[in-house]
Order: sequence, then C-alpha cells, then structure tokens
Amino acid sequence: MSNPLPTPVPRAEGGLQATSDPYGAERAFRAIALLALVLPLCLLAILFGEALYQAVPRLSWEFLTGFPSRRPEEAGILPALAGTTGLMLLVAVIALPIGVSAAIYLEEYAPDSWVTRLIEINISNLAGVPSILYGLLGLELFVRAMQLDRSLIAGALTLSLLLLPMVILASREALRTVPRHLREAAYALGADRWSTIRTVVLPLALPGVLTGVILSLARAIGETAPLITIGALTYVAFLPTSVSSSFTALPIQIFNWVSRPQAGFHVAAAAGIVVLLTVMLILNASAIWLRARLQRRVSW
Amino acid sequence: MPGSSLNAPRAPLERVVGSVLFAAAAVSVFTTAGIVAVLLGESLAFFRDVRVWDFLTDTQWTPLFAEKHFGILPLLTGTLLTTVIAVSIALPFGLGAAIYLAELASDRARRVLKPLMEVLAGVPTVVYGYFALTLITPALQRVIPDLSSFNALGGGVVMGIMILPVIASLSEDALYAVPASLREAAWALGSGRLPTILRVVVPSAFSGIAASVILGVSRAIGETMIVAIACGQQPRLGIDPREPIMTMTAFIVQVSLGDTPTGTLEYRTIFAVGLALFVLTMTLNVAAFHLRRRVLKGAG
Repeated sequence: MSNPLPTPVPRAEGGLQATSDPYGAERAFRAIALLALVLPLCLLAILFGEALYQAVPRLSWEFLTGFPSRRPEEAGILPALAGTTGLMLLVAVIALPIGVSAAIYLEEYAPDSWVTRLIEINISNLAGVPSILYGLLGLELFVRAMQLDRSLIAGALTLSLLLLPMVILASREALRTVPRHLREAAYALGADRWSTIRTVVLPLALPGVLTGVILSLARAIGETAPLITIGALTYVAFLPTSVSSSFTALPIQIFNWVSRPQAGFHVAAAAGIVVLLTVMLILNASAIWLRARLQRRVSW
Repeated sequence: MPGSSLNAPRAPLERVVGSVLFAAAAVSVFTTAGIVAVLLGESLAFFRDVRVWDFLTDTQWTPLFAEKHFGILPLLTGTLLTTVIAVSIALPFGLGAAIYLAELASDRARRVLKPLMEVLAGVPTVVYGYFALTLITPALQRVIPDLSSFNALGGGVVMGIMILPVIASLSEDALYAVPASLREAAWALGSGRLPTILRVVVPSAFSGIAASVILGVSRAIGETMIVAIACGQQPRLGIDPREPIMTMTAFIVQVSLGDTPTGTLEYRTIFAVGLALFVLTMTLNVAAFHLRRRVLKGAG
C-alpha cells in the first residue's frame, strides 16, 4: 500500500497548489486512493480467473445436461438450470405487474398523504431487510400457511417479495423520464388519467421499465439464502414439471457442492459458478440491448 | 403531479384502476407487516419455553443438542467478529475509493471505475462464499499457519470486498455534497489540495461517511452465504478470527438444511434469532437514514 507510484495525471486546476507539494505527498496520496479502488477490483479479477481456470475442464455439454451425482466428476447441473429458469419466469410474471402498478400509483396517482409516505418509507426500508428474513416470511406464509409446500411457486413468491422494492424503484425512474408536457398534451386533448398513462406514459416508459426489471432479475438469480430457508432441496435428480414441483436452483446447487469436503465437488462448484455468472451476464446484456433497441424508435 | 382537478377521477373505471394500483403499492406494507408478524409470532411461542434473560445472557448456544442452551451471545459475537473484520477492510478501501472518485479522478476515470466498483456489489454471495473457502482461506493459511479451514477471517475479508461499494458510493455522495465554497475558502487560505481534502472536506462529510459505515455494518450483519460457507458451524464465545465460528444467519441456514419439524422449539429458534437480526439491522438502518437526511439537508 505504501508504494508511492507516480501517477502522471495532470489536474487542470492544480497550477497554484502544485507548488505546495514539494515532497510529493499529494501524488503519493492520489496513488494510494487509486489503489484503494483498483486493488479490490484486481483481487476480484484474480478470483474470477482462478474459478474459471478450475472450471474449464469441467464445463461440457454433459455438465449442462447432466443430473447431480454422488460422484463429483459425473455431477451435472440441468435440474438447477431448469429450476432457476422456472423461478425467473414466475418471478417476472408475479413481480412485473405488481411492481409496475405500484410504481404507477406512486408516480401518477398517489395523493400527498401519510398513507403515501408510509408506503414510501416501507419500500426504502424493505431494501435494507436481510434477504434471509424474506426466507423466514416465505417459510411461514407460503410454505406453511398457504400450504404451497417447498414448491417452485413458493420460491418464486418469496423472491418476488424480495425483488419488489427494486422493481418499483426502477419503474419509477423510468416513469419519471417521460416529459410532463406529453401528459399535459394528452389531458388537453381530453384524455383522462388512466388513458393518458395507458397510451402515452407507459409505452414511452416501457424500455426503462423492462430494463430495470431484467436487471433486478439478474440480481435475484444469485439469491441463495431465502431459497434455503424456505427449504429448496439441495439434491434434486429430476426436472420441475409444474409450479408445485419441488426444485433446486443454480445458487443452491453451488452451495451444496461447495459445502462438500471432496475437492471434486469444489471443481463442480466452480463450473456451476461460471454457468450462474454467464446467465447473469446474458440477462444484463439483454437488458442493455433491449433498451438500445426500444429507445431508438422514440423521440421527443 | 399531473392530477389536476380537471382530471380528477370521475369515471368508474378510473376509480377501479386507482384502487388496483393502490393495492399493488400496499403489498410493500403487507410485506413488512408480514415479516414482523411472523418473527414476533414464532418468537413469542419460543419465549414461552425459554426465558428472555437466558436468551440474552446464557453463554452457550446448543439448541440442537441433548443438553439445550439458548444463549444468543455466541452467535452475536460470531456475527460481530466477521462484521468488524469486514468493516476494517471495507472502510479504508471504501473511503480511499470515495475520495478518489469524488475529489481526484478525472471525469473519464470516474465513468469507467464507478460502474466497475458496483460490480463488486452485484456478485452473488454464494460465489463470494466459494472464493472465501477455496481461494482466500488457503492463501491466508500460507501466512497464518494455524488458521482453521473454516474461520472468521477469510469470510470477513471477502465480506469486506462485498460491502466496499456500499461504503464507497455513499461516502462519495457525502463528499460530493460538501459545498465548493468550503474547498475554495481553504485554497484561498493557502491550503494545498491534500490538506484541504483531509482537514476540510472529509470532516465536513463526516455524518455521511458515518451513515455509509453503519449501512455497511447492517449489510454485513445480514449477510448469509459467505459466513455459512466459509466461517464454520461452531457457536463460540470468543474473538479469535482464526477459529470457526457461527453467525446468526449461519444458524438459520443450518436449521433450514436439516429436517427440523415445524412447531418444535428447535424450529422456533430460527425465528427468535431472525427477530434479533431484524431488530439489529433495522436499528442501524434507521440511524443511517437520519444521519443521511442531515447530509442531504446540508447540515452535515
């Protein structure tokens, strides 16, 4: 850390102050501050590189289409991949309408009242609740009270509650980008509030909303603790056939492999991590692609 | 808000839409209420069998053994130990990164480095857990030979990397909010760039930086997968970071993975621990919220 790398970055306004730095203390400090930012990033890059290096020999079509096994070199990830896909589809179907509706209410309908403030405070509060507590809620509410058992739908509902604050936040930001004068133009033409939202605001905000939702889904895909708490299985040798099937998911499968003592399973975990991060990357990339593509058609 | 009196809801459709949207927004309130109700309900049943005093002061945590003790102190010290390690990594690095981004970086460097830093927060925690167990701990063992293969140190260090973006980006906001007039006054008095940052800007942003650390602590306390994978399963009243420990969250995971029948005392322990976790994180979040509000008002 004490390595005083000379960083040749000139500052435009540094002219006068440069003379007051005869011992290079300022440049040393700048280097240290930059290192504070870059070192953790480098460490992460090394860790990823190492995981990838471990995983490469294991990544194969057999791994992607195989079922878990007691022999580490035969273990595959298909049930986890199918479970995660199912979870994401269900979460999208549940969280998207509720989240977008809540965002529309808060942005376009909500009166300035204590109820609105209560909702707002709640949403920002929920973002700070540890995710494992959502798991305890899901366990009591969905698994036990609603008797959904340890099913795909119970997992999806739990994750949806966890995701809602993020979806609402992203949707509100998207709604706010629609210029006010477009709404006023619609009102001037005699449209009421809902038709204005339906025909003017929502179509324009849609790219932003979808991008936000996909990015939140990419986050949710790695959530492990709430699924463990509601009792997602760690060893599943079959594919989910309906929303009431029991299931496993990519992060659960990774957790299961990394918790075993045999080194072979740690290699399988590394391969699972590569699969998980790839799915996350694909989701992120598709969000960016979608935004670029949909926004091109709109101009105001 | 675009809802002028001209567009006040008159048609029945408007009213129906309004109530549906309101119901969606209210889901967040029900989520909070649900979490509180579930935690309180099961905890009340738990405290019918276990005295609150024993829960808070007993120094042993053995709810799954024949001779049962329900003292949360070992879980609490385990949680605090990993949290302290995480913060002692994340605070210097995060603050350094924040100072670099807010005060020293060129616009171009900022645009590249800031999103990169956010990547640290987006890595699934199960992946961090894998890093801590299979890469960081073996690396640390070369320096600290008697480091157990499950230990508080490795998990804490990795958790520090995870919460770094929380501390860095909120501290950066706080530094950014310091009025330019303060810097200019210091420069006018002949102070160099470095003394201005260290003696004027950072102290002025103190409450914002404190808020970022508190939120980082709250995140670390609620973090589950890293500690469940890398820190072991031994509730232990001690502060030796080389030893395996057990955090509150790791205990919830341990019970969730087993076949504890619902309605038993063992099952209820996870809700009592969950309640303690909720109270702890919410207290910290509220404290940070008030500190941050002072910053935004410009009184920091």
